[in-house]
Amino acid sequence: MKSVLKIISFAALALTLIPSFLVLKGSITPELSKTLMLIGTIIWFGTASFWMNKSEEEEVES
Amino acid sequence: MSEKQNLKQRLEAVNEYERTPIPKNKLKGWKSFIGTYAGEHTAGTEFVLGPLFVAHGASAGDLVSGLIVGNILAILSWAFFTGKVAVKTRTTLYYQLEKIAGNRFTMIYNVVNAALFCFLAGSMIAVSATAVGIPFNLPMPSLTDVYPNSVGWIVTVFAIGTITTFVAMFGFGVISKFANIAAPWMIMIFIAAAVGVLPRLGITSFSEFWPVADSTIWNGVPLEGQSKFTFWHIMFFAWFCNMGMHIGMADMSLLRYAKKWTYGFSSATGVFLGHFIAWMASGILYSLFLLESKGSLVFAPGPIAYEAAGIAGAVCVVIAGWTTANPTLYRAGLAIQSINPKWKTWKVTLFVGLITTIAACFPALVMQLLEFVALYGLILMPLGAVIFLDVFVLPKMGLASNYAELTKSHFNPAVGITWAISLIFCLGLNIYGGVEIFFLGLPGWFVAVIVYLIASKAIQKKTTNVSPTIPLTY
Repeated sequence: MKSVLKIISFAALALTLIPSFLVLKGSITPELSKTLMLIGTIIWFGTASFWMNKSEEEEVES
Repeated sequence: MSEKQNLKQRLEAVNEYERTPIPKNKLKGWKSFIGTYAGEHTAGTEFVLGPLFVAHGASAGDLVSGLIVGNILAILSWAFFTGKVAVKTRTTLYYQLEKIAGNRFTMIYNVVNAALFCFLAGSMIAVSATAVGIPFNLPMPSLTDVYPNSVGWIVTVFAIGTITTFVAMFGFGVISKFANIAAPWMIMIFIAAAVGVLPRLGITSFSEFWPVADSTIWNGVPLEGQSKFTFWHIMFFAWFCNMGMHIGMADMSLLRYAKKWTYGFSSATGVFLGHFIAWMASGILYSLFLLESKGSLVFAPGPIAYEAAGIAGAVCVVIAGWTTANPTLYRAGLAIQSINPKWKTWKVTLFVGLITTIAACFPALVMQLLEFVALYGLILMPLGAVIFLDVFVLPKMGLASNYAELTKSHFNPAVGITWAISLIFCLGLNIYGGVEIFFLGLPGWFVAVIVYLIASKAIQKKTTNVSPTIPLTY
């Protein structure tokens, strides 16, 4: 479950970053890029909080 | 009622080891520091400081080379100064200084320090407010504004200040967790915002970046009324913008949790993401704003980020401001709390948060950020030199460390003399020598070292050389 969440989180980070490079290439519009960045942001905060701090706590305990 | 009691119990259970070394089982791993530094230095200040280099006419070549050299020097300072001292003592700056300088001196220092921290946290709350105000069409402050320009601005600042204070009341753990989550996303937004606007600057491929950067973005021409920045300005600014944290030892509060002194190198995430990529990204955004607004005086990071990256950009400004304001507020709370250890950390943080929020209402706080950052580091620097010498050099000279604790003194004159002479020397160099504030830290540090060694030797002549400090073995 944690691995799936991690994959989704990193995909969300990619969704935040990659659209701007597509704007640079002229492949998509800036408006679409902004929408995709917002979706990436929501998914990142919705998923990363479930695994990032848990690995931190595990590290401290060990 | 039970919920209220539960909240109070949780707040009072927050133990930040203000007056005891961090126990071995509470030490934190790399990830905590990487996340905290990246979050703290990819921050609201970056939205203000990056544009500064554009305004001061830095050339692209000077900017890149100056930032690389200055950032490396800053990382080395964090590791070899702060990291070494923090791991050896495992105490906060405030408690360590009390043992060296005495509680009366520390009280003065803590008040000065807390005021500086409030000032910094306040400016970050104000930066966040420029983004929160976007949906409400809030009138944005300009470079020349000193006082709040509307009731809406005050309401917005108070809303952000309340949230920031509430989170800081729960201590380092909560701040660290939030910074961990926000840091990777924030740097993505910084990069994406800058890359996304490049076509508006006439750049459609990476090969076109450098010529446009050199001729348009950082064209080497300062804005009207601004001084010209050279390689040396940029290098020293990158090195000393966090002087209070590394050479000034404020980050002992964080690095005392580190398992090894080498964790000081984790500051690399902060400086190279925040003080390189983020400064360049925000410089690109500001340069575009200047071009498209034909030199508008409005200075509001929120709308600039919103224009470049939409809602995600505006949210980034809010969170970037927040992740800086939170640990800064926490540090200010520690500074005040050390005046009277009986005070509860959360109550002190609540008080400090209120003062900070009131200060944040004044836009001048943001507009003078450059001068403030330099001054802040300079004021704290001599005490960092004192702590470093006291921990590592004085025992080798046959002198006692922790002199005030050893002699049960309330005031160690050697420290007071060092602080006063160093700052007077820097002030004199600035007024009579015409040396800009960015360059004062280095000569000031050497003066502090010389004065403290001479003063300690003179004052400790009749004192026993045995230090009461028991070295830690972890």
